[in-house]
Amino acid sequence: MEKIVVENLFKIFGDNPKKALEMIKQGHDKNSIHEKTGMTVGVNDASFSIESGEVFVVMGLSGSGKSTIVRMLNRLINPTAGKVIVDGKDVTAMKQDELVNFRLHNMSMVFQSFALMPHMTVADNAAFGLQLAKVDKQKRRERAIQALAQVGLEPWADSYPGELSGGMQQRVGLARGLAVDPDILLMDEAFSALDPLIRTEMQDELLNLQEKHQRTIVFISHDLDEALRIGDRIAIMEGGRVVQVGTPEEILQNPADDYVRAFFRGVDPTNVISAGDIVRDTYPRIPKTKAGSMRAAYEMLSGSDRDHAYVVDANRRFLGIVSSEGLRAAIESGEKDAPIDKAFIKDVTPVRMDDSMQDILPHVASRSFPVPVVDENNIYKGVVSKNRFLRTLHKTEQKRAVEAEELDARVEQKKLDDAEALESDQAEAV
Amino acid sequence: MFEYGVIPLDLWVSQFVNWLVDNYRDVFQAIKWPIEQTLNGMDTGLNTVHPLIIIAVVALAAWRFSGIGLAIFTAISMVFIGLLGLWAETMTTLAMVLSSVLFCCLMGVPLGILAARSNRFDSVLRPVLDAMQTTPAFVYLVPIVMLFSVGNVAGVLATIVFAMPPIIRLTNLGIRQVHPELVEAAQAFGATEWQVLVRVQIPLAMATILAGLNQTIMMALSMVVIAALIGAGGLGSPVILGLNTLDIGLAVIGGIGIVLMAMVLDRITQSMAQRKK
Repeated sequence: MEKIVVENLFKIFGDNPKKALEMIKQGHDKNSIHEKTGMTVGVNDASFSIESGEVFVVMGLSGSGKSTIVRMLNRLINPTAGKVIVDGKDVTAMKQDELVNFRLHNMSMVFQSFALMPHMTVADNAAFGLQLAKVDKQKRRERAIQALAQVGLEPWADSYPGELSGGMQQRVGLARGLAVDPDILLMDEAFSALDPLIRTEMQDELLNLQEKHQRTIVFISHDLDEALRIGDRIAIMEGGRVVQVGTPEEILQNPADDYVRAFFRGVDPTNVISAGDIVRDTYPRIPKTKAGSMRAAYEMLSGSDRDHAYVVDANRRFLGIVSSEGLRAAIESGEKDAPIDKAFIKDVTPVRMDDSMQDILPHVASRSFPVPVVDENNIYKGVVSKNRFLRTLHKTEQKRAVEAEELDARVEQKKLDDAEALESDQAEAV
Repeated sequence: MFEYGVIPLDLWVSQFVNWLVDNYRDVFQAIKWPIEQTLNGMDTGLNTVHPLIIIAVVALAAWRFSGIGLAIFTAISMVFIGLLGLWAETMTTLAMVLSSVLFCCLMGVPLGILAARSNRFDSVLRPVLDAMQTTPAFVYLVPIVMLFSVGNVAGVLATIVFAMPPIIRLTNLGIRQVHPELVEAAQAFGATEWQVLVRVQIPLAMATILAGLNQTIMMALSMVVIAALIGAGGLGSPVILGLNTLDIGLAVIGGIGIVLMAMVLDRITQSMAQRKK
């Protein structure tokens, strides 16, 4: 379900935005508009939609318009043109009192610089949104403490923000955002001011919270690792434009242009591609109810050209793996009517859909059979074989190598062109 | 070169003020009324209450905002003023200072807030404040006397004109200094403009506003002697009397009284501002 839809959103900073908008329509770009009029195009024709319950990361370098875009979602900045539709309601058309109400109940925000009120206690800061929403004092304190407990800061409720470390302050910022229990959480470079260790900790914390209570999170970041780590989908911005929107895997495997490609150059694909991306259901699956005995299983298996079968229960939950060899040995030793569990290969742990290739590598490498993959409910999804693993790795490596060469060649060519242009300019000047 | 003629601006101003006095007497009486009431109330109050109680209250305030050191200094200063025989004059001066500062705050804080919110208003207000602070008091004493006649009320009015700029300027500055991200955060959580002002901007600007209050009080005290020239009572009158009769002793004890009061009020308000930081 679409939670937020952004349609042809523009923001122009300057005294005559209408004129700049006209110029964009005539095909002028950001730089030429700035040169001719002094106005800055902050966001240029951005369109995307954000699904309910997903973590949507907007990524780009500074000046790419990502902070402007997030501020147009709650209208801290008014768009020059375009629409922001949240739950079917057009935020850009809201009157002031509707807007206040919308901010009170639907959307909260976490800031890069924390933006805590230094004159209020941690609990009062956490309760800030509730106080504005006129929740009564006792209830507000209760909910603030609850929110603080979620981020592990309950004991600090009566301290002042100035007494806390940066990481703790941002936890308060997060608690303030959570206390009003919004469907949408906007996070503007929320973890960028923290040192790397604390940053990772906070990312985990956020994912944890997200697991317990799915909110729609719009997360602004300039840090690719962060985007890959927490983002369900990523929008990449450059110079006010949204150049690509997709899952990390999609963008990694199919970058829209050189800019995106350059962004992802240093990324190790095994960190991004997950078991779920390469899982294949190509091996025999034996439901335990049907083949209660080893005999039946052995027969099923010898009918296929595989050596292993994956046993699941009636609900497709993964139970274990049997090999034709193991089954035969068991049958020959006279246990043919024993339950199939007896023939399971020992110490098999399935991997999860969202484990990265990096995570599953040891399992894949150390086993003679393909590694089973399950989802969070232990439902069997298929296998990852050595072959498949290596082929994926090879493909991305190859692709990346070719792309890197191409990119280098293009950059070289551009340098040559520039140098030539410069030379001819100089020649003309002489 | 100018023998052919000069612009008779002095004449125009005189005519204008005379016209004001003739036609708008009621208006100026109306302006005078709240100031007169406040001032008289405070003056009577301070002069009726037993000096010991007043000393105790002021010393207690000093102790609360600063510490025992300032409390002792305050008590000793006030007892000394009393021993100089200047208690009644001091209380009158205190009443004048407090009433003018009260009106300065009532007008100055809102004006400062407006100036912080509108650059245009700020740029209009700025030269007016400069004029209020730099115009020699003697220049506006004449029209004030013409419009409000002599006495304590006229003295308070002159003091208000002179002492108001700092509280306006520092309120403006304090609110402008509040980090824009904090204002943004408040808005993002659904604060209205009024809520942003009273929950975020004013509390965070309080230390600076109190520094402005301190300045305003100091400037109000510095007007005491000048106000005495137009018939205001208080610690200024022994100084003026001493000047007129060449009674150096009288002038000096008046001066000492003013200095001691200034120090007490300054230290107390300064520590108030400090505590807010």
